[in-house]
Amino acid sequence: MSLRNIGIVYRKELTDSLRDRRTVISMIVVPLIVMPLLSVGALVVFARMVGQAMKEVPAVMILGGEDSPHVRAELERLTDVRIVPTQLDYESEISNKQIRAAVEIPEGFEAKLAAGDPSTVKIYMYENDLKSGFGADRLQGFFRELRDRTVREHLEARNLPQSLVRPFDIEKKNVAPPEKVGGAVLGGLVPYFIILLCMTGAMYPAMDLTAGEKERGTIETILCSPVSRTHLVLGKFLMVLTASIATAALSLLSMAGSFGIAKTLLTGVAPASADSALHISITGKAIVSIFFIVSPLAVFFSAALLATSLFAKSFKEAQSYISPLMVVIVLPAVAALLPGVELSLPLALVPVLNTSLVGKEIITGTYHWGYIALIFGSSCAYAAAAIAIAVKLFQREDVLFRT
Amino acid sequence: MIEAQQLVKRFHDKKRGAVCAVDGVSFTCRPGQVYGLLGANGAGKTTTLRILATILAPTEGTAVVAGYDVTKEPRKVRSSVGFLSTATALYGRLSAREMVEYFGRLHGVEETVLQRRIDELFGRLEMNDFRDRRCDKLSTGMKQKVSIARTLVHDPVVMIFDEPTLGLDVMAARTIVRFIRECRDSGKTVIFSTHVMSEAEKLCDRIGIIHGGKLLAEGTLSELRERYGPRDLEDIFVKVVEA
Repeated sequence: MSLRNIGIVYRKELTDSLRDRRTVISMIVVPLIVMPLLSVGALVVFARMVGQAMKEVPAVMILGGEDSPHVRAELERLTDVRIVPTQLDYESEISNKQIRAAVEIPEGFEAKLAAGDPSTVKIYMYENDLKSGFGADRLQGFFRELRDRTVREHLEARNLPQSLVRPFDIEKKNVAPPEKVGGAVLGGLVPYFIILLCMTGAMYPAMDLTAGEKERGTIETILCSPVSRTHLVLGKFLMVLTASIATAALSLLSMAGSFGIAKTLLTGVAPASADSALHISITGKAIVSIFFIVSPLAVFFSAALLATSLFAKSFKEAQSYISPLMVVIVLPAVAALLPGVELSLPLALVPVLNTSLVGKEIITGTYHWGYIALIFGSSCAYAAAAIAIAVKLFQREDVLFRT
Repeated sequence: MIEAQQLVKRFHDKKRGAVCAVDGVSFTCRPGQVYGLLGANGAGKTTTLRILATILAPTEGTAVVAGYDVTKEPRKVRSSVGFLSTATALYGRLSAREMVEYFGRLHGVEETVLQRRIDELFGRLEMNDFRDRRCDKLSTGMKQKVSIARTLVHDPVVMIFDEPTLGLDVMAARTIVRFIRECRDSGKTVIFSTHVMSEAEKLCDRIGIIHGGKLLAEGTLSELRERYGPRDLEDIFVKVVEA
């Protein structure tokens, strides 16, 4: 094994790749610009939209209730809704987003309340419309409060204790620190993005250094050199690995920075739920651990992509092989995001899914050392197998000179 | 010196099934001599030369190139050979100098020797005007010069040219022809393949006519004329192939 020869091939491939626009885009531009824009940008836009919707005083309409003047008067006094004159086509008004919701007060509502007779208040809204939902929530809140007050008044009138209808309270207490709550929401996305970027970072150099060389006719040139084919493929592999790890490292850095920016941008703007999601703090330890656990996967991707691309006669053909492979890689990474998918012994042996799952745990500050060792070990085994296949394929004339 | 001994190359083709691209080819090419492998497309020229350059391994037989067996010491063979063909392209994103440097390093040429040799080659081939220009920005003629410098950087004793003038304009082709002559004159062993009869007539000391993977005739031009009759090499070629 001549490290000198591998080094010469590697240095040349690095110089060559850094001059390739596609490699630079996938290795530097995507993790540093595109991914933060897509992930945090979308989050910021969504949180701002929610924040703005919450700030809006929704226009609502009261239907009926002429015989319940007190309830109407109370509704009109509300400051967090704006009552608009009643119209018959309230449904189309809601659909056209002229008003956010409407409430129908049944006939003789106040009299029924006083007599203790049952009645139903109907709230009309546009399902899945955020602003309509907020309008309906405020109306529902008002009537829930009215219902509770009525119950209290009825109990007082009969000299009965309040505890009759509420004999005990239930209180839920969260023991998870805020960063873990946030981690559960967004933590899964972090390893998912890193795995994805590890793959995309390796993709273009792998195709360029194999199928691209065949297409450009340089494969025969390099095969004329006295360097062994094993050294050649290892030099190329190291370059692909560099691109993969650089992409992953840059994406980690950019994500850490992006979350910081998102937090600043969203402070006081986002609703409480989004705030808790943003309480995700990526610690230095988590970054190092994720990097450690993802590195054999980067080796696996680099070797697997190199071996796959080597089969192709052209860059285009290599793309057609790698695109389905992308789905094979992305699916297990996405599966880790599904609720209920937890680390277990069988899943710890499934490539990609295992790394994604353990990465999610690491982000939330949970370190299952046994699983981490198993996942690292199994990923190393897969990576070694992929390198062996790539080296073997590079010795085959029918692969190198496929026509 | 090149000694091909009963070279055979078989491979499997999806459409044609089992194919014997080279079938028992034997010949000898001596230092200071240009050996021309003459044949139509698909005759087995490229496969033979790729075996000699150890890019492909023979199925049977062997060849001794510069004293090394192609099947046993392929890396030593490659260290002693300069291989040039239309299929050996340049790395477009490297400059002319980087390209030649890269191959010099791969051949293990010591750094100070390498820089001296590059300066000498670039001067001799008049390449200094474009030494730092990227290869994908060079004209065909310039690219040919870079390829020549690439094959010579490790000062090989054997030169293998596979249809080196294919697709080149007259000026670029002349550069190649001149270069082949220089190699012969400097005592190198030169083998080259072509299907251009005039080129073979002009350059070759010995000619081998290859067809269907078999070497059908071999000798100097005068020997071939004596054996087959016609004066013109093209007529000799047709006569040999049709026989």
